[in-house]
Amino acid sequence: MKKVSKSVFFIIAVLIAVMGYFTVVGLDTRFGDVTTRTIKGVKDIRWGIDVRGGVDVTFSPPEGIDATDEEMSAAESVIGVRLVAQNITDYELYTDYQNDRIIVRFPWKADEKDFNPEEAIRELGETAHLTFREMAQQDPATGAPFGVTSENIVIEGSDIENASANFYRDDSTGMSHHIVSLKLTSDGAKKFADATTKLSASQSPISIWMDEHMISAPIVNDPITNGEAMITGGSKQNSDGTVGFTRQEAMDLANKINSGALPFKLVTENYNTISPTLGSGAKDAMVLAGAIAFAVIAMIMIVMYRLPGFVAVIALLGQLIIMIASLTGFFSVFPSFTLTLPGIAGIILAIGFGVDANIITAERIKEELYNGRSVGSAINAGFSRAFSAILDSNVTVIIVAIILMGSFGPPESIFAKLLSPVFFMFGPSAAGAIYSFGYTLLVGVILNLLMGVFASRLMLTSLCRFSCFKNPKLYGGKSND
Amino acid sequence: MTKMNFDFCAKRKLFFSIAIVLVAIAVIGSFVLGLKLDIQFKGGALITYAYEGNIDKKDFVSSIEEVLGNKVNIQESSDVSTGQKSFVISSPSSKGFNAEKQNTLAQTLAEKYKDNKLETRSINVVNPTIGSEFLSKSMLSLFFAAVLMVIYISIRFKKISGWSAGITAVVALVEDLFAVFAAFVIFGFSIDSNFIAVCLTILGYSLNDTIVIYDRIRENKRIYGTSKSLEELVNLSLNQSFKRSMMTTITTVSAMIVVSVVAYIYNVTSIMSFSIPITLGMISGSFSSMCIAPNLWVLWQNKRKAA
Repeated sequence: MKKVSKSVFFIIAVLIAVMGYFTVVGLDTRFGDVTTRTIKGVKDIRWGIDVRGGVDVTFSPPEGIDATDEEMSAAESVIGVRLVAQNITDYELYTDYQNDRIIVRFPWKADEKDFNPEEAIRELGETAHLTFREMAQQDPATGAPFGVTSENIVIEGSDIENASANFYRDDSTGMSHHIVSLKLTSDGAKKFADATTKLSASQSPISIWMDEHMISAPIVNDPITNGEAMITGGSKQNSDGTVGFTRQEAMDLANKINSGALPFKLVTENYNTISPTLGSGAKDAMVLAGAIAFAVIAMIMIVMYRLPGFVAVIALLGQLIIMIASLTGFFSVFPSFTLTLPGIAGIILAIGFGVDANIITAERIKEELYNGRSVGSAINAGFSRAFSAILDSNVTVIIVAIILMGSFGPPESIFAKLLSPVFFMFGPSAAGAIYSFGYTLLVGVILNLLMGVFASRLMLTSLCRFSCFKNPKLYGGKSND
Repeated sequence: MTKMNFDFCAKRKLFFSIAIVLVAIAVIGSFVLGLKLDIQFKGGALITYAYEGNIDKKDFVSSIEEVLGNKVNIQESSDVSTGQKSFVISSPSSKGFNAEKQNTLAQTLAEKYKDNKLETRSINVVNPTIGSEFLSKSMLSLFFAAVLMVIYISIRFKKISGWSAGITAVVALVEDLFAVFAAFVIFGFSIDSNFIAVCLTILGYSLNDTIVIYDRIRENKRIYGTSKSLEELVNLSLNQSFKRSMMTTITTVSAMIVVSVVAYIYNVTSIMSFSIPITLGMISGSFSSMCIAPNLWVLWQNKRKAA
């Protein structure tokens, strides 16, 4: 290893301290009245539902019904709209098309005092009440239908045969657009023809509602008499100046409209709710346990290994700080990671485990000193000889952490995709608590390599250049004199 | 430095006996004390209601059974630290526990026990099909992890005849898994996803220990070649890495003991059923890495030479 300057130790120590400060406190930047969270601190950690309380439900069609993929997407879109309508944005929602299951997980809102899990689950599973209404008047306070919109319902979910996302080619410009095409039942077609004749005269909108929530309000250009309508619109700016749907938007809207005509009601015999009072005490207890465990290990390390032990404690502190930063997401561009009780246990485990690299090296350094090497060369030899054992042993834990994340994580995570050939017969499983444990274990082990090997080596080689730290006794060897 | 010199290979029979006794305790214990599979795996329902004042247990059960239309079991519990009283309602089947009935139930109970400030603390209803699927998936992940470990260790230790090193290491791991299992049985924790997480962690952790020791054997083999017997080589390596194995076990185990104690004081059951088995698994892990795996490997190698 190249000569390490004396100042390196202090540079690393200061870096750890600065990182630690921002990881705990975070950073807000202000431009005028707008405050932006630039660096996320400890209070931005997203706690799992075992800490905050919340709901974890698996919905499925009633027994004996084999739903199509289209029906499942429609059902999923209902739940998505309802969650947003209830102002729950922090949810996880995925559909297992193979087994016809929809998994929803969401925490209680922070300010929610009067929580009613049974009611929340029942509401989510209700069949959607889909309506097409005249005009698009909303109650300014609640967003519910208002005035003429509330009175005049044009058609309902049962009048719709099918909605689908399609392509439409405009012959005059040669451009293709994403659209939603709508096919109505004969009954629906009649009602729709009357209403669109009336609305198109004034170029007024017809609004589409799911429950009390408006999902779209297209303008009626022409009367639609044959029961086949085409909805255009959306947010995409086309090259010819018109505005159109993106493919995703068209699919979403089609799904939502289809949900009104679902032939079944979602049921659940699989759910889990935890009240917020249950978890918060447990969290505090675990944080306390973490602090005590850190103190105990720091003591053991310094007593047993003196200077290398002291360096190990600083490295361990750095590891802990970066671990917390990897949970908060630190910079606001990174997503934060849900932390559960087993996740905290994983952090504590990684603290205990994290000094392993330092122990292996410190023991090696001692041995090299007894073999008659000088302090500097013993440190170098110790680190390079210990590395293969450290790397090897970390790989096994990394394998385990990846398996944990792959088998218990949400289906969209890269680990789940990686392991999908192994678990192909199984749907996604709902064990978010264990997923978080896998994550903290994985991050802990990787940081162990970074801090326990790389940073520790830099710090120790820098310190041993000070004459006061040249005494082999500080490294567990015999005193020079 | 006082050089340690303990003859690990000579104590082979003692070590194997300890391992066999441990496995026997786990197996017999599970028959005597019974094995509790969590509803996470077997399906069923578990609801906790917290309340104040006094509620008649029989009365409470019959109000629930009236709404749900099927029989339920009830258990009283109270939190030592907060004095909070609660009822735990359980049923072996998830039938009838759908969200709509739960909603009616919650309303009925809230009405009937207005003065008791009844609160639904947690509801856990698992469909048996989903539960058993989850169990199979968990078992598969455990098996898959073991296979990956054998492959990894075999590739990594070609020099000290890969397969024998890999397989003896994994056989030693089986003992560790029994230690975890024994902890669940003895402490009466039900087998849930924590069990799988602990087993996987111990797999990684104990193998880690074994690898550091095998690494030493590999290094010493390079230094001493055939000038030392296999037993001498293994003994030397074990004595050299003993201190590190002990120290790492001490730091990790003390961290987990702290967690167990705090979790016990604050009554966080979900963490106790994690930290206590992991502590025992780790102690077993360092025992099996030092005393079982290397001895098995020596036996294997000697057998092969003799053949």
